[in-house]
Parts: sequence; structure tokens; C-alpha cells
Amino acid sequence: MAEKKTLTFATMDPPFENARTTTAMRLIDIAARRGYDINVFAYEGAVYVPFAQQAQHPNAVHGHDVEAEDHPLPREWVVAVIKEAEKNGGKVDWVNCGLCVDERGAADSVAGVRRGTPADFWSMASGSDNTLVIPTK
Amino acid sequence: MKALNIIESAYRATLEEQDDPIVWITHAMKGAGADVNVLLRGNAVNYAVKAQGAPTLAFGDRQQKHGPHLAEDVSGLIGKGVEVYLVKEDLTDRGLEDEELTDGLKHVSRAELPELLEQHDRVWHW
Amino acid sequence: MGQYLLIESRDPFDSGDAKNFCELAGVLAKLGHTVTLFLVQNGVLPARRSAHSSLLEALAADKVEVLADEFSLQERGISTNRLISGVKAAPLDVVVDQLAQGRKAIWH
Repeated sequence: MAEKKTLTFATMDPPFENARTTTAMRLIDIAARRGYDINVFAYEGAVYVPFAQQAQHPNAVHGHDVEAEDHPLPREWVVAVIKEAEKNGGKVDWVNCGLCVDERGAADSVAGVRRGTPADFWSMASGSDNTLVIPTK
Repeated sequence: MKALNIIESAYRATLEEQDDPIVWITHAMKGAGADVNVLLRGNAVNYAVKAQGAPTLAFGDRQQKHGPHLAEDVSGLIGKGVEVYLVKEDLTDRGLEDEELTDGLKHVSRAELPELLEQHDRVWHW
Repeated sequence: MGQYLLIESRDPFDSGDAKNFCELAGVLAKLGHTVTLFLVQNGVLPARRSAHSSLLEALAADKVEVLADEFSLQERGISTNRLISGVKAAPLDVVVDQLAQGRKAIWH
């Protein structure tokens, strides 16, 4: 088993807009599979990544009904990495920036996500082995 | 732990946020006790321009009360003890002169950036 | 000396700032720091020989470890035999490895 580490990630992008969201999730997933303790500070649009009301839809352009399209939902990815980390002896502490949540009306998040502030980001970063900020463009 | 917040993208949602989100979060982090400095590079060097002032937005009868005050917010960081650096070449590339800029900024050249990075435990490019 | 992980997600076709960030990798390496430049997303585009590949080639030849995310390469149909000299395909795990090692990590 790899030596346990604590990593913090800050992200800013909402889902479905650019590649940074999926790359961030890939990094978090790698860390989760290693059983690391992972902090995520979701800032600005990233508070929509765990938004509970994301819903699948069909895709008529490709002739897919909802089931066939099986559209990815980032909120499911958040739930999955939280579970994956726990399975491997780690944990994910996902913090949505509270004011960012308020201005976007994004309070309805999946379980395992909590509301926080920039002070939480500093505290998480201070207690981590390393911190990666993934900015928006 | 000492951190350097690098701000490069500029005027990104500043009108509806009434702030630059990274200048803002730096203020918040400093208020929470963080040891944090700022490097303005690329287009973000324009945040130091004193003369800027966004007109307020109006959509239908919804009038915005106030816009962002970015140069003042940058000065505010300096007032709180945050060192604010900016990249000299990015200023000259954009035709900016020192006298146009707010006071208290520290100028670094691109060649001096490694030394600045080495002075910080974490470097966060927002 | 320091150890750095610079992650470039942007490409020089789209962003003038990408060149400055990659040049920083070279300046750090010349000063004796250990530097990995990890290309991801559209950042891998200049790793296929093109009008904007010369800077990456120069960096790879001058002490910067230049890696390109395998996933991003595959996504863009860039096979490893099309990579410019000195750039190697690598899994994203390398980023987590180097974060875990404590490298100063900067994403552009």
C-alpha cells in the first residue's frame, strides 16, 4: 500500500463547460484509489459539480433514449470518489464555497459535500502534504 | 506555510461578482490568518491601473448599485500586508507606465520569477 | 534546489500565456531546479510536430522533463510515434506521484 498522503485540490469550473472538470476528477480518483485523504475546495462555478439536481437526458441527434445515452453526471462522480476513497482507507472532504453556492442557488448538493469558506481552504492546504489549484480560464 | 497566489486572467466575471474572485479570496484568506502574497501577470497587471472603473450594468429596470473597484482592492491587499508583485515585461507589453499604477507594488522581471517562487512554500495559479 | 511540477493545460494556438508558462519551466531548469512540465488537455497539441513545437523541443533538450498525458493524447489522436523528440507519453498518475512527493505544483 502506498504511503498515505493528504492532498488538497481547489477547482473553479462548473461541469459541462471545459476539460478541467474531468481532469480534476481524474486526479481525485487516482488519489482516492490510493486511499489518500483528499480535500476539495470548490470555488465559483465548481460548486455545481456536486449539484444534486443534475439529470440525464436523451440524445435525439444520436438516436439515444435516456438509457442508451447514459449521460455522465458529475454529481455521481463525486459520490463515487467519496466511496472509493473510503473503500481504500482514505476520505474525501468536499467543501463548496458558501457564498459561491448562494449566488448560484446551488445549495442542493449530494451527500458528503459541506459548505465552507476560504478559511477552510487555507486550513485544508495548511494541513496537507500538497495543494493543487486548478484555475478556470 | 507561505503561499503565492498568481493571477493572470483578468476581468473574468468581475462585473457580476463586483470583485475579482482571486483578489477577493486573497483578502478572505489574509483575514483568516494566511501568509499569502500575490503575483499579477499577463492581463491581470491591468488590475493595478488607477484610472479603471467599470460602468455599472443596467438590464431593464434592474440597475446595478456599484461595480468592482479592482485597483482599490489591490491597494487594499497591500494595506493588509500582502506583497503584490507584478511582472515588468507584462506591463511594458501592454503599454503601461508606472505612474498609471497604484502605489506599493513590487516589480519583478520574468527572469526573477524563480526566486519569487522559491520564497514561497506553495504557488497557486488561479 | 527546488522541485517543480508545472502542468500546462493550455496550448499556444489558443493562448499567448502558454508560451510564458513553458518558458518559466526552462528558466527554472537552467537555474538547477528539477522540473517536470506535464502537458494535459489541449496542452498536448504542440507535442505533435507543428508550427508551435519548437519551444517544447528546446525545453526537453535542456533539462526539463516534458511529459504528455496519455489520455489527452489518445483523445486527440496523437500517437506516440508522432510526438516530437524528447516528449514522452505518461499517465496522469505522475501528477499525483509528484504532488505526493511535495513538488511545488503549478497548473496553467
